[in-house]
Amino acid sequence: MTAIGAPAAFPAPARRLTPLGGLRNTFTLTWRSVLKIRTNMEDLLGLSLQPIMYLLLFTYVFGGAIAGGTHTYLQFSLPGILVLSVVFATLGTGLMLNQDIATGVFDRFRSLPIARWAPLAGAVLGDMVRYSISVGVTLGFGMVLGFRIGTTPLAAAAGCLLLLLFAVAMCWFSALIGLLTKTPQGVQWFGFLAMFPLVFGSNLLVPSATMPGWLQAFVKVNPITYLTEAERGLLTGGPVATAAVRSLLWALGIFVVFAPLAVRVYRRRT
Amino acid sequence: MRYDATTANAIEATGLVKRFGKTTALDGVDLVARQGRVLGVLGPNGAGKTTAVRILATLLRPDGGQASILGYDVLRDAHQVRQLIGLTGQYASVDEGLSGTNNLIMIGRLLGRPRADAKARAAELLARFDLTDAAARPAKTYSGGMRRRLDLAASLVGSPRVLYLDEPTTGLDPVSRTDVWGMIRGLVADGVTVLLTTQYLEEADQLAHDIVVIDHGKVVATGTPDELKAKTGGQVLQVSPADPARMAEVTALLEGLVKAEVSVGADIGVAIVPVTDAAWLPRVFRELDDRGIELAEFTLRQASLDEVFIELTGHRAEDEENGRELEGSKR
Repeated sequence: MTAIGAPAAFPAPARRLTPLGGLRNTFTLTWRSVLKIRTNMEDLLGLSLQPIMYLLLFTYVFGGAIAGGTHTYLQFSLPGILVLSVVFATLGTGLMLNQDIATGVFDRFRSLPIARWAPLAGAVLGDMVRYSISVGVTLGFGMVLGFRIGTTPLAAAAGCLLLLLFAVAMCWFSALIGLLTKTPQGVQWFGFLAMFPLVFGSNLLVPSATMPGWLQAFVKVNPITYLTEAERGLLTGGPVATAAVRSLLWALGIFVVFAPLAVRVYRRRT
Repeated sequence: MRYDATTANAIEATGLVKRFGKTTALDGVDLVARQGRVLGVLGPNGAGKTTAVRILATLLRPDGGQASILGYDVLRDAHQVRQLIGLTGQYASVDEGLSGTNNLIMIGRLLGRPRADAKARAAELLARFDLTDAAARPAKTYSGGMRRRLDLAASLVGSPRVLYLDEPTTGLDPVSRTDVWGMIRGLVADGVTVLLTTQYLEEADQLAHDIVVIDHGKVVATGTPDELKAKTGGQVLQVSPADPARMAEVTALLEGLVKAEVSVGADIGVAIVPVTDAAWLPRVFRELDDRGIELAEFTLRQASLDEVFIELTGHRAEDEENGRELEGSKR
């Protein structure tokens, strides 16, 4: 039998981790996240069915009333539904972190000589796969229902990229909620309480013209509005530049505020 | 020279204090684990054992005191400490969504091993812990014992010099417990220093070279198992009447003669009393004979760790239910 424990002689431990080492830790944990998505059929199913449900519901319930026809409405609403699906999918990051803490997996990570930020960054990167699934299903099923891209494939690809960038920023907010709440239910509640007004207090599903003045004021500064406008421009045509730059700036702002906060809370948690 | 294989102590902690809000979990705890030995940290639930382990594993900052692992400070040199330790928590901290193999590969990769190397190490550990057949299955399908073994394997991927085992056998059936004990002995034979927390006195008695008893965040006793047993009372007299109906008579007689508290093991029908003065032993024997009480047992033995623990802390080490049981059977 080979010795399973420590050999007799030991090299002195390294003083610190190289940035490259931290990146390698992150990729290992990204691999773990992706592996988990593959094995969790329920998550995968929900992730795919949710956009389909939104598309069917919103198109056929609201379509006639808002745009006078389902096809016209689909062209208007699909970019919004893309935003909605992806933003809600970011809650998954918080849920997974919360679960990792509850099961003690994070304690194991924290007891290892790895970069402190790697478990968070790995979770966030791994979730890119989840958002891609969400975007793919929404676009694909939307096309089945009759949605047509009115721009170039390149513009559409840029639209998807912008969505993913925004999602990466948002999931740091979700991570913070996941670290601050004690239970998965807490993550769901606080996540939805924060995200519902943000998502629906925008021009995502309806034009804002009929809303009261105070709400229009909120819609005007809401990052979701900019993102939706940019997506509309990139997918169906129309002005893009201002909206795209503003949503990128918002994404950067959200990242700069919430990523360090999440890392801080993660470091200090118990 | 801070890193030296000949350093006598693998773990040195002095005056550890940790408060959570108004509760003081640790109130000045000193711990020393000699290299290549097992330090048993014994105490009831909530005594502060897990808090101490979390501080020593760099997961928690102490509010006071200091601790070093093989000469590396847990606060200042946390990164070095993490390269030397392995941690198995009270609740198996394996990723339930991953297979046994992938759990171990992940840790190997995180420790900087190349992929092939991490795979080989995973296979080696899975074989060692009798998990090869279940290696490809997600850990959520594992039984409690298998999960604990995987957790133990996970803490060994990096060949740690110092291993923390926080109640490694809590909730395990006797067979799995004996398995885990065997594995711990194997590790110690390989030169690993083990800090073992447990509520099971038998476990500490079986495995630990040194024992620290913690209660309410304070060290109440230290020593080898034998020293601890000798420290408190030393010997006990155990008397069991042949006719269980005469138990009350026996206890009354003992209490009258010895003037000490007699505890009765209700299920086993024995009266147990600490021997404070050997002079009264012949009298006990005579009195029992005079009254015609036939004896099934009349034993003088060294106090068990259980009795030592009760004497030190005023209650039993295990859960509250057992505590109540004991209260009920005390006279």
